[in-house]
Amino acid sequence: MWIYEKKLQYPVRVSTCNPMLAKFLIEQYGGADGELAAALRYLNQRYSIPDKVIGLLTDIGTEEFAHLEMIATMIYKLTKDATPEMMKAAGLGDHYAVHDNALFYHNASGVPWTASYIQAKGDPIADLYEDIAAEEKARATYQWIINLSDDPDLNDGLRYLREREIIHSQRFREAVEILKEERDKKIFF
Amino acid sequence: MFTLYKTYCPYVSPFDPCKPIGEKVFSTPPNLYMGFQPPNLPQFSPEEALRAGTLWKAFYDPYFNPYEQGKGARSE
Amino acid sequence: MKQLPPEFYPLMEQLQAVDFVLVELTLYLDTHPEDLEAIKQFNHYAKERKKLKKAVESIYGPLQQFGNSYSGYPWNWNDSPWPWQI
Repeated sequence: MWIYEKKLQYPVRVSTCNPMLAKFLIEQYGGADGELAAALRYLNQRYSIPDKVIGLLTDIGTEEFAHLEMIATMIYKLTKDATPEMMKAAGLGDHYAVHDNALFYHNASGVPWTASYIQAKGDPIADLYEDIAAEEKARATYQWIINLSDDPDLNDGLRYLREREIIHSQRFREAVEILKEERDKKIFF
Repeated sequence: MFTLYKTYCPYVSPFDPCKPIGEKVFSTPPNLYMGFQPPNLPQFSPEEALRAGTLWKAFYDPYFNPYEQGKGARSE
Repeated sequence: MKQLPPEFYPLMEQLQAVDFVLVELTLYLDTHPEDLEAIKQFNHYAKERKKLKKAVESIYGPLQQFGNSYSGYPWNWNDSPWPWQI
């Protein structure tokens, strides 16, 4: 089971009320390479992967939920007291018409999250390579959002999340190396 | 000189409508070079590690908005 | 509306720092299960977090529930502010 902890993984700060940045950030909430997709991808793949890497998928998948909460916190703070006028000016008029200031699992263009963003091929190498690619894509997305943002406090949190993608990619690469190892493998001729 | 960012120059046509950017930069983070992480790599203190997003100095690769640098971008 | 005292913020950040080391070491040990030094460091910080958890909870209330933290009276798990509101 999972236990919720009433604490953010990183002290998230946002300096200005800026719904436009929330519109970009929602990509990492409900987008193809976002934190929700990441968490669900790893936690689903772990049922059909060699035991040696189940722990890693479980732990990275769990950390992704902490990142999802950080993104939610950023969006929440960027839009909390924004008026309908401000939402409209930020390009969030269509979001507001459906959701008010509620968060929703969709990408920056308003396309709802779909399970087809994630894969589970059942082949350990194929799945781990997908995970590595997902981490690199998420890293790139954080770069593009940092490029769009002029909020130094927000960028500080986004830099942290980008760095986590680098570490996750590293561990998935190591997982591939572990599975490549011949040592404990029975070879039949 | 080793760097975690590489560049290339996109082809410039005389008919390109936007002003050419010249150099395009892309990231090649430390995980691409590490291989299997060896033991006992130098670490940050817990407080520094939280701020850096990694416990190990070798993975630290902060990204700054290249359009924002120099105006309020914080140095880590 | 309950406002948190100023001393809460640095204390929470201390817990976040120690917990971050534990996350990093957890992922590292998932792929390096035989690194004794890293395991010693992990156990050291696991102990450290217990102390910090107690200190944070004395100001903020329970950090976890389903019985992983004690409750005050009345039931204080649902007390604001929540992490995203802080």
